[in-house]
Amino acid sequence: MTAPTDTSTAKFASYADPERLVSTQWVADNLGTDGVVIVETDEDVLLYETGHIPGAVKIDWHTELNDPVTRDYVDGAGFAELMGAKGIRREDTVVIYGDKSNWWAAYALWVFTLFGHEDVRLMDGGRAKWIEEGRETTTEAPERDRSEYPVVERRDEEIRAFLPEVLDHLGKPLIDVRSPEEYTGQRTHMPAYPEEGALRGGHIPTAHSVPWAKAANEDGTFKSADELRAIYQDDLGLKTDDDVIAYCRIGERSSHTWFVLRHLLGFEKVRNYDGSWTEWGNAVAVPITQGQERGEAPSR
Amino acid sequence: MSTDTSPLPGGLQEIADDFAAMAEPDRLQLLLEFSNELPDLPARYSEHPELLEPVPECQSPIFLVTEVADDPESTVRLHFSAPAEAPTTRGFAGILHEGLDGRPAATVLSVPAELPLRLSLENSVSPLRLRGLSGMLARIQRQIREKTQLPA
Repeated sequence: MTAPTDTSTAKFASYADPERLVSTQWVADNLGTDGVVIVETDEDVLLYETGHIPGAVKIDWHTELNDPVTRDYVDGAGFAELMGAKGIRREDTVVIYGDKSNWWAAYALWVFTLFGHEDVRLMDGGRAKWIEEGRETTTEAPERDRSEYPVVERRDEEIRAFLPEVLDHLGKPLIDVRSPEEYTGQRTHMPAYPEEGALRGGHIPTAHSVPWAKAANEDGTFKSADELRAIYQDDLGLKTDDDVIAYCRIGERSSHTWFVLRHLLGFEKVRNYDGSWTEWGNAVAVPITQGQERGEAPSR
Repeated sequence: MSTDTSPLPGGLQEIADDFAAMAEPDRLQLLLEFSNELPDLPARYSEHPELLEPVPECQSPIFLVTEVADDPESTVRLHFSAPAEAPTTRGFAGILHEGLDGRPAATVLSVPAELPLRLSLENSVSPLRLRGLSGMLARIQRQIREKTQLPA
C-alpha cells in the first residue's frame, strides 16, 4: 500500500521518479493519512525538539542510524528495532524532511534504501520551507504504537561504494560534491565546519567537482529536471547508463547528489561512497590529486 | 568515559550531576532549556559583531567574546551569539554561561578540556557534535589567557 504521488506540480512530473518528492502542501494534506509517516532528520540534534511538523517522528543520523562502535550503519536487526520503536511499518510511505537543504534527510533516505524500504520520499524544500510558509509546528512528541518491522539484511552493493571499489572505479565517472576549497586541497573540511580529521587534502583523481548545492535552489528545493540535466548531463557529459560514484566528507552531501542522479534524473547505477574524504584523505598510498585539475587515473 | 572524577570547577559539576541523574531522552530536554535560557548579547556587542570570535568547530555558526574585569578575582563575563536554528550549539553555550559566567578567571582556566565527556551527552548528542563544545571552551580559555597573562 503506497500513498498517492504528488501530482500537483509540473516540476515533480518532469523527474524520472516523480513519486520520490512531495511538496509541503502534500504533507500538510496527508498528516492524518493512514500509512504515511513523516520523519524529521536534522544535522542539529535538538532542532526537532524546538518544534516539528505535527505527528512527525524524529530519526537522528548520528545516534540512531549509525552503529555505535564500528564505522558503519546499523544492521538488519538494528534497523528493524529502530523502525519498530518509531512505529514505522515495512509497507508505510515514509516522507523525510530536515534542515540544511535536506542533506541529512537525503542521507536517511539513502540508508532506508540500503534496507530496501520501498516507498521513501523527501519533502521538497525541507524544514526551512515548511517554517517559511508559516505552517503549523508543535513540540508535542507523537504517540505511535510500536510496529513489527521485519529484519531485512542491508544490501550495500547496489548503492554504496567502499574504498576498494572506488579504486577499481577510477577512470569511470566520479563526482566530488564538496566545496571548491576542499576539492583543491586548500582545506580538509567544510568551511565553518568542525575539523573531522583528514591527513591529506585534495580529491580522488579524475573526480568532477560539482558542489551539491548546484542542484538546489536558494530556498532548498531541488532544481527542475532541465536544469539538473544541464549540470550533470550537458556540462559533465554523463549518461544515465553510466556507472557513477559520488562522495563528499562523510557521505551526507553526496546523498543529496545521489538522490538527484538516481531519482530525479533516473541514472541506473549510482553509488554513494560514504567513507568519502574522511577515509580517502587518511588512507595510506591511495592516489590523490590537488588543485583544480581533475587528475588522471593511475595506470594499472 | 573519563577516568578523572575530581569535581568540575564553577557551576559545571552541578550541571554535570543534573545531566547524569536524568534518563537519556530527558537529557536533550535539559540541553534545550540551556539553549532557551542563553541570554541575548548586550547591545555593545550585538551592534558590533566584529568584536566576537567565531568558533569554526561548531556545526552551526556561533560567536563568542569574554570579558575579564579589573578586580582582584579577574571576574569573567561570557557572551555568546548563535541563531535559534542552532539549538544544540546554543545549548552548549548555555552550559558554559550557566557554569562559568561571573566566576574568577582562574576557575574558568581550570576547566578540563575533557568537559564534554563529563556531561553524559555522548549517547544522546554524539561525540562528533560535542566537538563544538570543546572548540568554545578552548577559545574562551585562550581569550582569558590573552587578557590576564595567567598561566595555562
